[in-house]
Formats: sequence, C-alpha cells, structure tokens
Amino acid sequence: MSSMEDYEPLHGSDHAPGDEPVGRHEIAEGVVGYLIGLGLAILLTAVSFFIAGTSLVWHPSIPIALVVLAIAQIGVHLVFFLHITTGPDNVNNVLALAFGVLIVFLIIVGSLWIMYNMNQNMGPMTVPMG
Amino acid sequence: MTAFQAGAEYGDGRREESHGHGHAGALFNHTDPASKRIIVGYGFWIFLLSDIIMFSAFFATYAVLSGETAGGPSGRDLFDLHNVAIETACLLLSSFTCGLAAIGARAHQNLMYYGGMAATGVLGLGFLAIEIHEFVGMIAQGAGPTRSAFLSAFFTLVGCHGVHVTLGLLWLLTMIAQVFAKGYRADILRRVLCFALFWHTLDIIWVAIFTVVYLFGAGA
Repeated sequence: MSSMEDYEPLHGSDHAPGDEPVGRHEIAEGVVGYLIGLGLAILLTAVSFFIAGTSLVWHPSIPIALVVLAIAQIGVHLVFFLHITTGPDNVNNVLALAFGVLIVFLIIVGSLWIMYNMNQNMGPMTVPMG
Repeated sequence: MTAFQAGAEYGDGRREESHGHGHAGALFNHTDPASKRIIVGYGFWIFLLSDIIMFSAFFATYAVLSGETAGGPSGRDLFDLHNVAIETACLLLSSFTCGLAAIGARAHQNLMYYGGMAATGVLGLGFLAIEIHEFVGMIAQGAGPTRSAFLSAFFTLVGCHGVHVTLGLLWLLTMIAQVFAKGYRADILRRVLCFALFWHTLDIIWVAIFTVVYLFGAGA
C-alpha cells in the first residue's frame, strides 16, 4: 500500500494533470473514458480529412471548418486523455492552460497581423532575382 | 468526495507533512501541502505548456512563410495526404494505448502496462518511419530545407515534432526498463505520469500540424 500513498490528494482538493478527476476508480471505467476520447478524436480527424478533399462544401468555408474541427479535437484530447476538466479540483491546471493559450494566441495572431501589415505596406518586391 | 472518504483508509502515514502548517486550517481545507504526485504533475504540465508556446512560434513562422516557395514546389505538389492519414492514425492509437498503460501502471497490472507501452512504442516507431521516409523523399527530389523559406519553416516545425517523438520513444523505453527493474514504486509512477502527459501533448501538437500544414497545404 505504501507505493499508493502518492495517488490521492489529502483532501481531494487537487489533481495532477493526467490523473483521473474522481477517486480510485476501476480499470474498466478508465478504459471507457479513453475509448470515448479515441472515438471522438477519430470522428473529428475523419471529418477533417474528408472536408479538406471534398467539393461538397462551399470552398472558402473549408479553412474555417478545419480550424474549428482541430480546436474541437484538441479539446477532446485535453479532456479525455490529459484529464484537464472544469472540476473544482482542476483549477490550477486550467489556469495554467488558460495562460498558455493566451500566450499562444498572442504569438500566432500577433505574428500574422504584423507580417500581413508589413507585406501590405512594403508593396511588391521589384528586386530582380540574382 | 470519493477521495476524501477513501482518505481514511490510508491512516496516519500520509498526513505527516500536514503538521505545523495549519494556521488557517480552521477556515480553509486547502492548507495541507499537496502530495508529491500533484506537484510533479503540475510542474511538468507547466513545462509542457512552455513547450507548446515554443511550437506556437514555429507555427507562426510557418503560417507567415507558407506561401514563400521561391519558385519551388508548394505543399500541394509535395504532400501525400494518404501518408499523413496513416501517421495520424498511428499517433492517435498510440495516445490511446499510452492511456491504457497509464491505467495499468496505476492498477499494477503488468499485462496492461507493458502491453500498452509496447503498443505505444511500436505505433510511435511506425509514425517516425513514415515521417523519415517522407523527409528523405522530399530531399531527394530537391525539396530540402534549403530550397525555400516555405520548406525551411516546414522542416523546422514538423522536424521539431519528430525530434520530440524520438525523445519520447527513448523515454518510453526507459520507463519500461525502470518499472521492470524497480517495480511500481511511487517515484517511478510519477515518471510514468509525466511520460503519459508528454506523449498526449505530442498528439495535440500533431493535430495542429496535420490541420495547418498538411490539410491547409494540400487541400484548402
């Protein structure tokens, strides 16, 4: 039993990311959680690959649909595989994630915005290729 | 809560850390130091988030440079979505088997732990083999990282993920060996927890890569 003492928080007040949000639970229950996550992830992946190659949907909507599907799938991975949930015992993990997402958003959107703006203002490059 | 009720069964041994820190204990129930598993897991989660932030810089670079092909091949000419679908399936299934291994480690089930880890390793190797084959093929047809800004950004982003998978595979072998040699000890199980978090995070980054790089590049 001594090797198990690490598992449960003292008062059920916190959880390590990746640990299940309920107490000691049965193997079958854990496997079912991963199976649900796997099923949802496969579904979202399949839809992404289908949409990317199809002509059934309005073409300009495809990139937006792909981004939405990818974000949904990342959410599925976070909840079912990393067990980051909205429970009161997961606040620290969620706050860290929120800060990470903020920085990622600033880096990506900021870079795209600035570089797009510079491309617009500098005009076409007329330097001949050496 | 279940964990609170179950706490009684562990007796006094695990409460020793809590003595002498209970100034606000009457008001709040959260003043006890968290268990080492929570601290280690949280610290590793912070590391993973900073790793994701590093990847976000590569993603931003790729997004800015993806059109700058300098007259060379574009993603549409180079990417084979069939291969990418197989790579994605490998990583997704390996995330699942890695979860099974984590459950097996918690429950001290040898078959589940070793079987899950072995399956994760084989699927990870399959992913790497396809990716290396793709890279070698691209370089052979003159589309190496020096060909254009687009290809530099591509090899940096996807290659960095590939390096992470390679390191993850080495870590996976280490964890199999450590559990084999030392058993399901608390400190070893904390490392298994961190490894599982690392592997799941690689899959999350791959979701962004197959969407932004391959599906955007080849289709949309």
